[in-house]
Amino acid sequence: MIPTILAVSLLIFVIFSVIPGSFTSSLIADGKGRNDPKVVEQMNKEFGLDKPVYQRFGSYIINLAQLDLGQSFRTRQPVTHMLLERAWPTMKLAIAAMVIAILIGVPLGFVAALKPGSLLDTTTMIAAVSGLSLPQFWLGLLAMYVFALTLGWLPSFGYGDGGIRNLILPAVTLSVAPLALLARTTRAAVLDVMSADFIRTARSKGMNAYRLVTWHLMRNALVLIITTVGLQFGSLMGQAVVIEKLFSWPGLGSLLVDSVSMRDIPVVQGAILMIVLWFLIINTVVDVLYAVIDPRISHG
Amino acid sequence: MSAPPLLEIKNLHIDMRSGQERLNVVENVSFSIGAGETFGLVGESGCGKSITALSLIGLLNRPLSVGQGEILFKGQNLLKMNGSELRRLRGNRISMIFQEPMTALNPLATVGRQIAEMFVLHQGSTWHEAERKAIAALAQVQVPAPDKRVKNYPHQMSGGMRQRVMIAIALACHPDLLIADEPTTALDVTVQAEILKLMQELCDQRGTSVLMISHDLGVIAKMCRRVGIMYAGHLVEERAVADLFRHPAHPYTHGLLASLPVLGQRTLDERKPLQEIEGIVPSIAAFPTGCRFEPRCTRATPICRDTVPGPSILGDGSFVRCYHHG
Repeated sequence: MIPTILAVSLLIFVIFSVIPGSFTSSLIADGKGRNDPKVVEQMNKEFGLDKPVYQRFGSYIINLAQLDLGQSFRTRQPVTHMLLERAWPTMKLAIAAMVIAILIGVPLGFVAALKPGSLLDTTTMIAAVSGLSLPQFWLGLLAMYVFALTLGWLPSFGYGDGGIRNLILPAVTLSVAPLALLARTTRAAVLDVMSADFIRTARSKGMNAYRLVTWHLMRNALVLIITTVGLQFGSLMGQAVVIEKLFSWPGLGSLLVDSVSMRDIPVVQGAILMIVLWFLIINTVVDVLYAVIDPRISHG
Repeated sequence: MSAPPLLEIKNLHIDMRSGQERLNVVENVSFSIGAGETFGLVGESGCGKSITALSLIGLLNRPLSVGQGEILFKGQNLLKMNGSELRRLRGNRISMIFQEPMTALNPLATVGRQIAEMFVLHQGSTWHEAERKAIAALAQVQVPAPDKRVKNYPHQMSGGMRQRVMIAIALACHPDLLIADEPTTALDVTVQAEILKLMQELCDQRGTSVLMISHDLGVIAKMCRRVGIMYAGHLVEERAVADLFRHPAHPYTHGLLASLPVLGQRTLDERKPLQEIEGIVPSIAAFPTGCRFEPRCTRATPICRDTVPGPSILGDGSFVRCYHHG
């Protein structure tokens, strides 16, 4: 875990030292202020941007070891504070999207696999490919147009009071891609298990389809499905960036985008660190789940 | 007349559908198994032994299906039964052991649970009762410390142990017929002998009939009284085992027996190459119209190419399908 965090931090430092622009230049780039070299110099000094990259990286790591993520260039607030404020909305969004994806995608893939080649199967799989291919921002705009502007059922954007009404549209939009992928993976997993020898054994025992599925098929297919759920759950944080921006959702994603364009490096570092942590935690949970489901994986 | 046999297969045809085409994978196979009898079915890989066995319990998968024929079990035609009637027979009256003990058991369930399922399915036991019966069933297949072993997962057992578990599952409900599809092929020779002995003892005790499928003539000789030889989807010869080994009638059976290596014989014969049957089994799409062995047969004449030979009765219920048998 620590090597991963070090590597990611280093990568961000290197990238931001290579790409053009800095926090100070982003402040004067809006065309309102004059490009005063004295002001730039002073600000660079204040934020430590005049020091070489390796020095800045060193002090960042030392602070990180003390759980200090530094201050935002932009707001001068502690980064930890800003992140914690933004983390919950994003997690809420990601969890809601994943729950929708699992509740719909897995059963859909299951049903499709039980009758391969049927009308339901083909329709589901065509819909799944479409779901994977459609750009999320376009889907989001469409959802806004239909459900918020035309029908007026739901608020079109914003966090509101943090209730469920504001959550529905962004969560559903975010769930489309993982839902489609889960439907496809579930279908493939079920078909894979279905052709296993032990399913033939189970059939030779004289059990009906319901028992075949609940006693033997489900658990085995679950091992394969959980892998996809874990991977998707992690990458949802990345996908959330687009959705949060689109729906003005006050989460980590929109904070990250704003901070990148302002070159607010401490906040970018912190936000990416949060996403990496999220990935690592989910991977650990998945590993534990594997061990619970599959006795062949030792608990050691 | 003696009592009707336990299982009677009459003119069984199994088709494989590929597009508009229908290929006869198994054609016109008939044999019967009496109560308590062990019948052997022999042939090379791909000759239709296994799918014949699977068709008996209605487990053929697409694109395979039974084209025509009758499968009479205790006088009832299995092919006319509906799904739930068949399920009541499967595992309960007719059960099956498969070749690969490594993959035939569910890796994510304890062996105890997998045996117990049989009692829950067919005897209406509660899970609690069924688990107790599973321990007894494991003890019967001579697994040591069965009360501990029931909690094991398949990967914690050796191949021989797993095959014992399979036998415990198959014989759990005291079936009338046990279909054993190459039950020892995947095992070490010493384990093979133990498993065969165990199967024979348990089936003898209970009067269970066995359909023993194997490509190993040694196994057949040890286990069976009667044997059917299959070649490319045809049952070419059916004989008492003793007669078959002494006087094989079909040229294919001849070839099979001649290609059996005799232990130590090659050193005596100055390392003469092993004998084999020339040629290969034709692919399903290219089965000859007449006798399917004709392209490889040394005795073939034009009549063999045009028409499938009918059964020539050799007495005592034995027959051979060959114009030039002897």
